[in-house]
Amino acid sequence: MTPMLAHTSQEFEAELRQLKEQLLAMGGRCERMVHMAARAVLEQNTELAEEVINLDRRTNADELSIDDMAVRILALRQPVGRDLRFTITAVKVVTDLERIGDEAVNVAERGQELAELAELPAPAQHLPQMAKLAGAVLHAALDAFVHEDAKAAEEVFRMDDGVDALYGEVLMESLAFMQANSERVSAGMRVASCAKYLERIADHATNIAEMVVFLVRGDDVRHVGKLRVGRS
Amino acid sequence: MKNTPKDYVLAGATGLAVLLIVGLLGVLLWEIVAGGAGVISGTFLTQSPSADMTSGGIFPAIYGTVVVTMLMTIAGVPVGIATAIWLSEYAPRHSRLTTIVRIAVNNLAGVPSIVFGLFGLGFFVLFVGGSIDDVVYGPGTPVWGKPSVLWASLTLAVLTLPVVIVTTEEALRTVPQDLRDASLALGATRFQTVFKVVVPNALGGILTGVILAVSRGAGEVAPILFCGAANFLPYLPTDLRDMFMHLGYHIFALATQSPNVDAARPMLFGTVLVLLVLTFSLNLVAVVVRSRARARLRA
Amino acid sequence: MTSVAIPEPKMQTENVSVFYGDKIAIGKVTLDIADRAVTALIGPSGCGKSTYLRSLNRMNDTIDIARVQGKITLDGQDIYGKGVDAVEVRRRVGMVFQKSNPFPKSVFENVAFGLRIAGEKKPAILARRVEESLSGAGLWDEVKDRLDESALGLSGGQQQRLCIARCLAVRPEVILMDEPTSALDPIATARAEELIRELKENYAIVIVTHSMQQAARISDYTAFFYMGELVESGETDQIFTRPRESRTEEYITGRFG
Repeated sequence: MTPMLAHTSQEFEAELRQLKEQLLAMGGRCERMVHMAARAVLEQNTELAEEVINLDRRTNADELSIDDMAVRILALRQPVGRDLRFTITAVKVVTDLERIGDEAVNVAERGQELAELAELPAPAQHLPQMAKLAGAVLHAALDAFVHEDAKAAEEVFRMDDGVDALYGEVLMESLAFMQANSERVSAGMRVASCAKYLERIADHATNIAEMVVFLVRGDDVRHVGKLRVGRS
Repeated sequence: MKNTPKDYVLAGATGLAVLLIVGLLGVLLWEIVAGGAGVISGTFLTQSPSADMTSGGIFPAIYGTVVVTMLMTIAGVPVGIATAIWLSEYAPRHSRLTTIVRIAVNNLAGVPSIVFGLFGLGFFVLFVGGSIDDVVYGPGTPVWGKPSVLWASLTLAVLTLPVVIVTTEEALRTVPQDLRDASLALGATRFQTVFKVVVPNALGGILTGVILAVSRGAGEVAPILFCGAANFLPYLPTDLRDMFMHLGYHIFALATQSPNVDAARPMLFGTVLVLLVLTFSLNLVAVVVRSRARARLRA
Repeated sequence: MTSVAIPEPKMQTENVSVFYGDKIAIGKVTLDIADRAVTALIGPSGCGKSTYLRSLNRMNDTIDIARVQGKITLDGQDIYGKGVDAVEVRRRVGMVFQKSNPFPKSVFENVAFGLRIAGEKKPAILARRVEESLSGAGLWDEVKDRLDESALGLSGGQQQRLCIARCLAVRPEVILMDEPTSALDPIATARAEELIRELKENYAIVIVTHSMQQAARISDYTAFFYMGELVESGETDQIFTRPRESRTEEYITGRFG
């Protein structure tokens, strides 16, 4: 259900629009950070890694600014209905985006460490695929947010399953690699870590998608099957 | 804001008008007091007039006026108030009956008082009185079918009816609707609402209207010309069928029908003075009642 | 129109329409009023919420061109049924108005009015009931030494609470309030809202309000009226976080066009 009319208060309308634009800008930056970090690892490019770390400063500033805007809207506009859900969504999404930024930085830092090696461990070959998938999940989630499309958000959950599966593979291969090459354990660990960070990025993107469903339908679809103690 | 020339002109004009009115009233009163004050005495107020009406007192006229006014009040005021209550509280807003009643009341207010006099004669004295006589007594000397205190009072009551109705309705209308709503919402019937909330609130206005109507009725002469007032009566009216003397009528009689107009002049002025004092007192009472009622509602 | 059915409602209105002459004021409203809860009626001016409220205690009967169709029940009984006395209905369903309207009588007589017209004469009973009602309205301490003074000498907020006390004195089962705080300042409003919260433990309360924030603050159920129709009703937090009808969403978020 999309609202047809604009707010009678143009100021309020502008505030909500600004909040959304800032979120999307932040989301776009995070997407870029993910791709850049993955490339930094694979190309063993320390400059790229440095850029990612710098971009993260911007991401942190975004978080403060967006939270501030949301608090202001809550205090002064007492939003209800969809406006309220949107404001809550903004507050939560910004947290997930900020974490995505942090995870990308982690990948970049591992990249810097791996750049010193002559060659990358074999399991690293899966990293481009993972990065691509994780990036796609994030992109899909942000897209769903832009278009306020709950169906598209539900697609994201399915895509995340793919990332999880791929992570499992990379982890197994990395363990095998470390068992076979005990002198290159730290390298192997670093690759496994990168895979972990990418998997977490996809999870955070999934959180964003859950919030989109809440925004559009008012249904809280988080923690499905994981609410009660013991088996669900 | 400085006063413009227009403000001064307006102030001057209205001031002049006030002076004129007060002046006229002053001259009138002065004439009357000058002419009549000398005559006022205990005798004047308590004795009957002499046969040629040049001396004596006007007690019978005072007595007659009081009796007729009281009967007029008893006959007319309850009917008037009841009609006003019906019009204000019970009548459906837009029905034909309501419109007819209102038109009737308004027209009644505009009827000249001499016409009331003829009405009183023709309807009350001859028709109603005559019919009673025919039914109860048969042909012969009229018992009810002649001018009397009863018919004169009823005629005056009809005269003052519109005044009572209009002022009472006005008073009722000033009671805010939300008081009625509050009462009804508490489970009061309309009757209870009218008599425990609306009427008590409007009482000041109603009383004022009644007193003014009474004061007016006390001074009217034309309606009672043919219905019961007499030039000279050797007795005081004790029965509804008796005729009576009346202050206003006495003034008329003294001025036009006394054998010796000059000699009667002091009596004339004295009578006028008494009548005016009576009327003014009633008006004063009305003013006091109204201001007391307002103060109570404002508290 | 989407409505939420309430188990064991105190009052029910089924397909209720109210006409003023030929003009329709509200059309086919079906709504349950829950007991021991506050139901708020919101909507723009002229949408019919006050008309609806007044039909719940048959106050529309006092307007000669008003006609009520449909069924309105109190504890299952049709209040417009044959042989049902409007006066009886109004004792069980009380009303507090937007502008406080105390009688120009003493504080005591104001509160005792409803009891007196019901026939109660014993001074002891009257005195006790007056004290109970004034306490129930949170006014006793402020007026207990001024019971014989004119009610018109009280402040606006006190007068409104006096009107509530007057309503409570006849021990109604339902209390209808037509914008009870719109004429009060924020402090008096907050006190009145606190009172309403206390009252709902014992009464079914229906309140018409222009302030959506007030409806959100104090009501358990909210019904949104628009142009004489009931658009949506439901639990208040559902209406204000995820309304089902787009017209509701537009109204509560300030998208008036």
